[in-house]
Amino acid sequence: MSAGTGAARPSADAGTAEGISVLPAGSGALLVELSSGEHAEAFHAELLRRRARGELPAVREIVPGARTVLLGGIADGSARLARELLTWRIPPLRRDTGDAVEIPVVYDGPDLADVAAAWGVTAADVPRIHAGTEFRVAFCGFAPGFGYLTGLPEHLHTPRRATPRTRVPAGALALAGEYSGVYPRPSPGGWQIIGRMPEPGDLWNPAREPAALLSPGARVRFVAAEVRP
Amino acid sequence: MTGAIEVVRAGALTTVQDAGRIGWAHLGVPRAGALDAPSRRLANRLAGNPADAALLETTVTGCAVRADRPVVAVVGGAPCRVTVDGRPVAWGAPVHVPAGAVLDAGPAVRGLRSYLAFGGGLLPEPVLGSRSADLLSGLGPAPLRDGDVLPLGHEAPRPVAADVVPWPAAPGELVLPVRLGPRHTWFTDEALRTLTTATYRVSPHSNRIGLRTEGPALTRAREGELPSEGMVLGAIQVPPDGRPVVFLNDHPTTGGYPVIGVVRETALAGAAQAVPGTRVRFVGAG
Repeated sequence: MSAGTGAARPSADAGTAEGISVLPAGSGALLVELSSGEHAEAFHAELLRRRARGELPAVREIVPGARTVLLGGIADGSARLARELLTWRIPPLRRDTGDAVEIPVVYDGPDLADVAAAWGVTAADVPRIHAGTEFRVAFCGFAPGFGYLTGLPEHLHTPRRATPRTRVPAGALALAGEYSGVYPRPSPGGWQIIGRMPEPGDLWNPAREPAALLSPGARVRFVAAEVRP
Repeated sequence: MTGAIEVVRAGALTTVQDAGRIGWAHLGVPRAGALDAPSRRLANRLAGNPADAALLETTVTGCAVRADRPVVAVVGGAPCRVTVDGRPVAWGAPVHVPAGAVLDAGPAVRGLRSYLAFGGGLLPEPVLGSRSADLLSGLGPAPLRDGDVLPLGHEAPRPVAADVVPWPAAPGELVLPVRLGPRHTWFTDEALRTLTTATYRVSPHSNRIGLRTEGPALTRAREGELPSEGMVLGAIQVPPDGRPVVFLNDHPTTGGYPVIGVVRETALAGAAQAVPGTRVRFVGAG
């Protein structure tokens, strides 16, 4: 392939190994791309373990994405770190036995019937299946306190709504693709709403330590609450 | 002596800013902070403050405030007419403002954003360690309105004396050094040539989230959606219309449009001061 601009076009990667690519993101930042969301979560978990053990050079940010982890503000030696990352053996994601964050929800969302149809179950089955699933926070974004939660098997992935809503209320529990999430504040949105968290203020409270209820890597369970009349 | 300032004229968009909220991107928290970091540091230094003290960032039309105690103030960044109770005073240098007098920073003569630093710094309640207003997610103090009151910190006993201080000038042409990646392979070779050879202009739709540009569209070599991934300051994101957007301090922490390259951070102060219509050239930075 000829770039026409000669040396201006670097190779696609800073490096590639099996199932992992390290891409430059300006100076002092690396975007590590993994082969799947689960692999990205496992890589993120390994990064946190190594950082906790003091085995990672100083980085200002570790920002997981859907298939990636961004390492930002690498103090020095980002080229060396890029080479090193490719040699890591990443243990598979563990199903931890520690405490999960429990989120009380009422499963009474307006899209329950649509989600049930997409899953091929009855509307009454959706809460049972959803509350019976163990989720993990794959990454955060969109708004402070919003976690993209994975855990639903592939056959229960859910298409977005054909027409996004102009306003989704704070606390809405919604599904799109492989993700579940709870809106920390009102916003437009195209996700399918299956329920609501009665106390959405718990998701994000800057006066609390930690401010975010959900942070990447955390385990999450939804607990069905009774519908109050 | 502590005290407070009262906003007499808030202007088009005036926000409290400091060095920003860095290190929280993994929770979806943008970094925020003054867009023109060198001006923020210089204004604070001349006011006798630490470089990361909170100050005001204006947009185009300036602002006016009244302090309830005598205060040393510095108006820097975008040049503008500065007055105290209507009398012209120095721009870009420490000014003694008596208690109850109105300090007015007029509309920007060049550039976009002026900075008003006050001895002792502004002390609205910090959020995650920063007093910066973040306009994407609404963290920190809201944009100022007339009548708002902001607490002031203790003034340093003696402001730093400086003779001649060079303030960076607003760019006549904005030259942005770019390092390609992480997603330049999503674009055609033609698009990569266009990025570094065509002239773009600053779009009037630019804001603290991003410097939007007008110019030739960059065509993708690869269609489809990019799964959300982390975004860095200075990332050049290319939305479906093909016009590059340079992410500034209030940028979203993750995004789903491919980033063709990243602008060197030291060039972003110029981006903060480039008025709509300014010519933009992206140049290869290796």
